[in-house]
Amino acid sequence: MTQQMSTPVAPPPADMSWWKQLISLDNRYLAPMFITCILLAGHLSFGILESYQKTLLAIATSIATELLLGRIFFHKWLHPASAYITGISVGILVRSPAFWPYSLCSAISIMSKYVLRVRGRHLWNPSNFGISAMLFLAPETVASLSIQWGNYLLPMVVIWVLGSVIIWRLRRFHITGIYVASFIVFAFLRSWITGSPWQSEIAPITGPMYQLFIFFMITDPKTTVRSKTGQCVVVFLVALVEMMMRLHQIVYAPFYALFIVGPAAMLMDTWMDARRASTAPVAAR
Amino acid sequence: MTGARIARIVLGILFIGLLATPLVVKRISARRVAERSKADARTALDRHGFYLQEVSQAAGIHFVHQAPVLDPKLDPIMPEVASMGASVSIVDFDRDGWSDIYVTNSAIGSKNALYRNLGDGTFKDVAGEMGIADVNQAGTGVSTGAVWGDYDNDGYEDLFLIKWGRPELFHNDHGRGFTRVSEQAGLPPWVNANTAVWLDYDGDGRVDLFVGGYYSEDINLWNLTTTRIMPESFEYANNGGRKYLFHNLGNGKFEEVSAKVGINSRRWALAAAAADLRGTGHPDLFVANDYGVSELYFNDGKRFHEVGEQTGVGFAPKSGMNAAFGDIFNQGRYSVYVSNISEDGILIQGNNLWVPKEGTAGDAIRYENLARDFGVELGGWSFGAQFGDLNNDGTLDLYLTNGYISLDRNRSYWYDFSKVAGGNSTIIGDARNWPAFEGRSLSGYQTKRVWLNDGAGKFVDVAQAVGVADTHDGRAVALADLWNRGVLDVVVANQKGPLLIYKNTVTPENEWIDFELVGTATNRSAIGARVALFWNGQQQVQEVSGGSGFAAQNQRRLHFGLGKYPQIEKAVIRWPSGKVQIINKPAPELVHKIEEPA
Repeated sequence: MTQQMSTPVAPPPADMSWWKQLISLDNRYLAPMFITCILLAGHLSFGILESYQKTLLAIATSIATELLLGRIFFHKWLHPASAYITGISVGILVRSPAFWPYSLCSAISIMSKYVLRVRGRHLWNPSNFGISAMLFLAPETVASLSIQWGNYLLPMVVIWVLGSVIIWRLRRFHITGIYVASFIVFAFLRSWITGSPWQSEIAPITGPMYQLFIFFMITDPKTTVRSKTGQCVVVFLVALVEMMMRLHQIVYAPFYALFIVGPAAMLMDTWMDARRASTAPVAAR
Repeated sequence: MTGARIARIVLGILFIGLLATPLVVKRISARRVAERSKADARTALDRHGFYLQEVSQAAGIHFVHQAPVLDPKLDPIMPEVASMGASVSIVDFDRDGWSDIYVTNSAIGSKNALYRNLGDGTFKDVAGEMGIADVNQAGTGVSTGAVWGDYDNDGYEDLFLIKWGRPELFHNDHGRGFTRVSEQAGLPPWVNANTAVWLDYDGDGRVDLFVGGYYSEDINLWNLTTTRIMPESFEYANNGGRKYLFHNLGNGKFEEVSAKVGINSRRWALAAAAADLRGTGHPDLFVANDYGVSELYFNDGKRFHEVGEQTGVGFAPKSGMNAAFGDIFNQGRYSVYVSNISEDGILIQGNNLWVPKEGTAGDAIRYENLARDFGVELGGWSFGAQFGDLNNDGTLDLYLTNGYISLDRNRSYWYDFSKVAGGNSTIIGDARNWPAFEGRSLSGYQTKRVWLNDGAGKFVDVAQAVGVADTHDGRAVALADLWNRGVLDVVVANQKGPLLIYKNTVTPENEWIDFELVGTATNRSAIGARVALFWNGQQQVQEVSGGSGFAAQNQRRLHFGLGKYPQIEKAVIRWPSGKVQIINKPAPELVHKIEEPA
């Protein structure tokens, strides 16, 4: 467990315009800013948070756990951006009348990065792991966000456009694009299989839970495979597994699909990396 | 072993421990529930001070509610759109001193029932002979609730019938029959309402009437021109029915004044209740809305001011289905109970217990939701709830019924429900986009809650232990002393289910006192009159209500449990006219019939 957990920041080229600098891979604040904008827009327009305290608790627990574990295992104070995203995701996506699930979910999410690792890489997207675990283990206390944003078109379109631009600048739009396209194709397929109106099969992706899912979870650089083709294949498989789960009426199918497919892909990617590394010197000889 | 390795092992153990935490919490909680549920009548009486016995059949009540069958375009989701209509209200319509029961039916052609209390433990349905049974005729819609108030101050309670259809006002002809006076009163031709409450908002001595629409009043649910009738959002819908405030002009006529007095809302109202929350002498109005936030209207005697967000009750949108007031701490202040939806692993809204914040009062009153702290948060798909001292120990308990749609036990509609509810307004708002129910349940077969107030800030569910074991789709709850024994019995109306009468047996050690108020300058029903009872160094306030809970109305009489060896200091009655009457050392174990002094 020696790999550094945050990406080093390279100085941006001097000739880069300010907005390109803002929306660039080098800006580690971009994703936190985006998710904070989502939270604020959602809350100020529709009051999506039942309490500030719960969200703050999730964020605080997440950052504290990250700082503590980073200090213990890497002997340094890690940048809190990643933990902030995890905490805020938990704060938005977990719905519980109790406080403890927010804290517990954040702690589990961050700890999963340090415990569940293979060859220096963590396998699960932290918030995906934490939320899936809570939904599975504590269903009587925890549910997930499924009905927010007033179900209106405008906020949804704004977030989709803004999110797409940012994800495109971060060179991960292909992941989001493939997932959305796959979801829509599978939605029509499900409609054909089950006889449900196609609108009802499309409906979930118009909700805010999916906005967080497709912009933050499936695109997480730390838990996606390295090659672009691999990323496309993996995200297609996530959508496929999700469809299978949806046919079995599993409400949180996207979380569980990513929970299953994501680490499997990471393991395979890690194994292939190791294989490449071990065969390269031989070939050179 | 290196330090890093040890740290990793410790972290791994801690990680597993955290993952196991929810399971441990669940196990401990399940053990506690099982422990509380093991009891028979004797044990319940010893441990909790009361038990309930369902006696409807023995009491001669065989009523089974029939749900409406709406336009065939709604057939795929008929169980959902036709999921309300069962209601119960208590009234002594013939002034014989015994509480009677009025229940609504909701299929076209079905009959409502008025169960006259014969005083011998049995009831007889006299709705037909009284002229208030056949009120669900084709073309007029169906009943969804009823509230009683003496609008003409002749001493007999009149009936307002809440409907999806043509609302009706029936004048009580001195307990001998009812005359339909809807047109003369000036009621609208059609509403799709689930709630109404009598209140004298302007203190003129005549009860006025608030009616809260659910579906838009433009919609005839039996003859749809569009399937776009559903809420535009699961939590922010503003396309529901309009609200009405009928000002009683005193000549049998009412004037609709909602816009004039500041009530403009198109939220989907499901429950309304009125009480003087600030001590101003004017009843404030609380409206629990489905698909959105609750609304609280402060009343200055002339106008209403919506202060839901300002007071804290109108911030987080849920699925409000109940509004009931109770002085749960015996501090002379009302808390408000609003029921919502909780379904394990899918939707945990939690019910709301809005408690006035310490140090706030009057116009600056603020509320905080303490449902979780007090243990009254999770009640399944909750509907009607009422506060009442079920064991006469001197603190208000809470009876909650629940359960939405009980069909196939093994197949749930929740997946499809959550799928559509999270979708865009163009999808959720059109009934055509909702997947067919196909006989599936949606939060069906739920166990009820009887939360006993321990007086120290905790409510404990004892439903199973005290004999409440039904799993019908409960809608309305009303509390009344049906047999004049000094205890509160419970009447529950179930959707597509039987009317249940839970007869209460309370330990005789706990004493009680009742007040039956008659207004003179105040409206004769005394709606809005407030009794503060002081005993054993504490006080409890109760207010005569013109409807509370969900589609329900409790008995008019105010019932106070006193506990053991009560030393009653006084009862202070504040009439809506402003008069204050003090009764020193009223005797316990009696119904005190008190007329407003001249």
